[in-house]
Amino acid sequence: MYDVVIIGAGVSGCATARELSRYDIKACVLEKEEDVCCGTSKANSGIVHAGFDARTNTLMARLNVLGNRMMPRLSQELDFDFIQNGSLVVCTDQEERSGLELLYQRGMQNGVEHLRIIEKKELAELEPNVSDQAVAALYAPTAGIVCPFGLNIALAENACTNGVEFFFDTRVERIEKRQGSFVVGTNQGDYEAKCVVNAAGVYADQIHNLVSEKKLSITPRRGEYCLLDHTAGQHVTRTIFTLPGKYGKGILVSPTVHGNLIVGPTAADIQDREGTCTTRQGVDEILDKCGNTVKDIPMNQVITTFAGLRAHESGHEFVIGQPKDAPGFIDCAGIESPGLTSAPAIGRMVADLVKEMLDPKENPDFVATRKGVLRPNTLSLEERNQLIQKEPAYGTMICRCESVTEGEILDAIRRPLGARSLDGIKRRTRAGMGRCQAGFCSPRTMEILSRELSLERKKITKNGGASALILGENKDFWVREADGR
Amino acid sequence: MMDTYDIVIIGGGPAGLAAAVSARKSGGERILILERDRELGGILNQCIHNGFGLHTFQEELTGPEYAARYIAQVEALKIPYRLSTMVLDISRERVITAMNRKDGVFQVQAGAIILAMGCRERPAGALRIPGYRPAGIYAAGTAQRLVNREGLMPGREVVILGSGDIGLIMARRMTLEGARVQVVAELMPYSGGLKRNIVQCLDDYGIPLKLSHTVVEIRGKERLTGVTIAEVDEKGKPIPGTEEEYTCDTLLLSVGLIPENELSRGAGVEINPATSGPVVNERLETSVEGIFACGNVLHVHDLVDYVSEEAAAAGRHALAYVKEKRTACREKRTDKIHIIPSDGIRYTVPSVLHPNRMEETLTVRFRVKDVYKNCRICVYFNEEKVFQKKRPIVAPGEMEQIRLDREKLLAYAELQALTIKIEEA
Repeated sequence: MYDVVIIGAGVSGCATARELSRYDIKACVLEKEEDVCCGTSKANSGIVHAGFDARTNTLMARLNVLGNRMMPRLSQELDFDFIQNGSLVVCTDQEERSGLELLYQRGMQNGVEHLRIIEKKELAELEPNVSDQAVAALYAPTAGIVCPFGLNIALAENACTNGVEFFFDTRVERIEKRQGSFVVGTNQGDYEAKCVVNAAGVYADQIHNLVSEKKLSITPRRGEYCLLDHTAGQHVTRTIFTLPGKYGKGILVSPTVHGNLIVGPTAADIQDREGTCTTRQGVDEILDKCGNTVKDIPMNQVITTFAGLRAHESGHEFVIGQPKDAPGFIDCAGIESPGLTSAPAIGRMVADLVKEMLDPKENPDFVATRKGVLRPNTLSLEERNQLIQKEPAYGTMICRCESVTEGEILDAIRRPLGARSLDGIKRRTRAGMGRCQAGFCSPRTMEILSRELSLERKKITKNGGASALILGENKDFWVREADGR
Repeated sequence: MMDTYDIVIIGGGPAGLAAAVSARKSGGERILILERDRELGGILNQCIHNGFGLHTFQEELTGPEYAARYIAQVEALKIPYRLSTMVLDISRERVITAMNRKDGVFQVQAGAIILAMGCRERPAGALRIPGYRPAGIYAAGTAQRLVNREGLMPGREVVILGSGDIGLIMARRMTLEGARVQVVAELMPYSGGLKRNIVQCLDDYGIPLKLSHTVVEIRGKERLTGVTIAEVDEKGKPIPGTEEEYTCDTLLLSVGLIPENELSRGAGVEINPATSGPVVNERLETSVEGIFACGNVLHVHDLVDYVSEEAAAAGRHALAYVKEKRTACREKRTDKIHIIPSDGIRYTVPSVLHPNRMEETLTVRFRVKDVYKNCRICVYFNEEKVFQKKRPIVAPGEMEQIRLDREKLLAYAELQALTIKIEEA
């Protein structure tokens, strides 16, 4: 019997798990995929919003501003990439300037600090590549950018180190309410818990509706992105938003914490909760709109396009709390933008709800800090040499585009909740995320995975399930066809 | 204390090996090859098909055999090399920072540097193909490595996008290893590969080549389950209504090669946007003094024989540079002439030359922009046509070359520009 079962190892689930691990609570996380950070948390803008977007007095507004304030310290504690680069909402039409004022006022009411409106001249000095049509902008120095995988993985590893169990490839199929507990039925057996946290992303309505008569409805809202090479990473230094206006919501242009440039997202409501495919219309829309606020974006430097799904709840508000007819079941649903920013605050809020219920003691062994995968290219030459002397694997380059060594890949596999797939390695080390998109490193990474996990090469996957990378050995298919005859 | 070498060669593939051998045979002493892989030979080691060496050795060799000929020379000439060694940085002052397991991160000072890093494949992501990102999508060269070096089959039902040479070669290889290659789709109205490869790798195996076609959708969430191919118009846009669905588990891409010039850029080497390789003069010297380039890092070649030839020249020139520097008698770069790629010519290598410094003859390599039939390749000195050769057909996939004589260049009064054009026959 668990005290708490958390459904979903995305950023909300893992933030909750990490907060709960401060207490003497027996908790586990159930994840249908093979790794943490496989759904909404993995494919988004990676923006830490300042907090002027959400309507005042909503949960969204409160948790956004709080999450934004928590992020710098959390990034120190858990050693993930975060840069407070600031954001600009750019207005390109004098007639729409009042929109900036509105956002400014809302930001002030929400408690966003250091917010101010800047004029064309200052804007051009801050961001020389902003469109010549720009007339003014709302400048939010507290906004930032984060590595979405880095944050999610850090929270999960730290929770794991502090005693939270994780079960992967475990899909929740039913939930049974009992006296004082729930039985969570999965494809891997039943898990009983006093308390269930529903952090199931685009499936959070389905999970909720298993226990409550007050139905929830989540719509997957697809957002497509283009990611550009490092060569384009300096095009802007702050995150550039478009002031919503007659051209609709517009798209953002931002550097990423790893020095790429990201352009997107689009927004299309779809039916398929696994519909993370890109579309021609989506990419065309990005190409069409990207010049509205930022000029001369070198779109010939695109190294990949991708799509993610936001878990859009019809009321456009975070749904956090217990349904009246299911006490002990805590929703953490409708977590769309600014969900990533809010995650630290969401984790704390959900943990507080659990705390009220279970009244747990503190975890005396709680360790608040975690070290990320050591990156030798951040070290001085001498330090790097000492490291290679001690661990020669740090002297073998595996991913040349992102400068990732074998040492880092081994670290990613061997650490708590270590990587088991090519994408798992990619999210933890960036190997394969660069301009050649894993053409060079994937056979090498597969070789290391196969050796470390004692798995045949045929069993190595891109991202778990049926995503095998190799289907046979040479001439296998000849032999089989001959046998069949 | 930093080790010093006369010539350091970055890359131990065909270009690096030939440059090293040539520099040594010309009298070079302190030479070092830095190779990132576990053995010398570069990409040739996975090119197990034949067709290499017809020009160089007058016989037909496989890739590994061709490499072995050069590796044997490197060994016989006792040219030192370091394997599994990644170069991290090259400075304008020719300090090279590199790393391996044994030596850690180390620096060497080079009198001259020869860039021979080769090229990489253009990835699927850059094409912005709509759809999912499942397993089963490989650059053709990555698949070639898996099949030829590791004995692993990426898949059994294959569609190939792009008709670059590696794609064509892999169509045949996958077929021979038991996969079924259903189609090769090529965006352009002509193939990017050699004619002989289309005949020997596709036609001989009954694999259709669909020109002016591209992949417009990728299906399959975990493993690829299929792709849709459509015809494209002159602008490369898919034509609605021409879609055809293919059920397949593997998509191989052979959609272009990109010279690997990240290190060159770091050293401040000027890059020619037409080749994505360094701008070089008649000595294959880049815009940074003492840094030379050859092989696929300079411009993508079709035949390794020409890589070897070009690299041998780079080896000689780098050594000449080191010697001149030592005796302080480097000739001044006067009378620089630009080689201008004009009508129908995409680029030339080199793009500038100094007639008084060139060897007796200079090979100028170039590619055309489109397929031209019954045409002439013409060379102009200033405004005067001085040379032409008739060609029944030229295509972007086949590199062209002309040879220039130093005597003729020097004899021409006030030569300022040299132009290469395609003209109708």
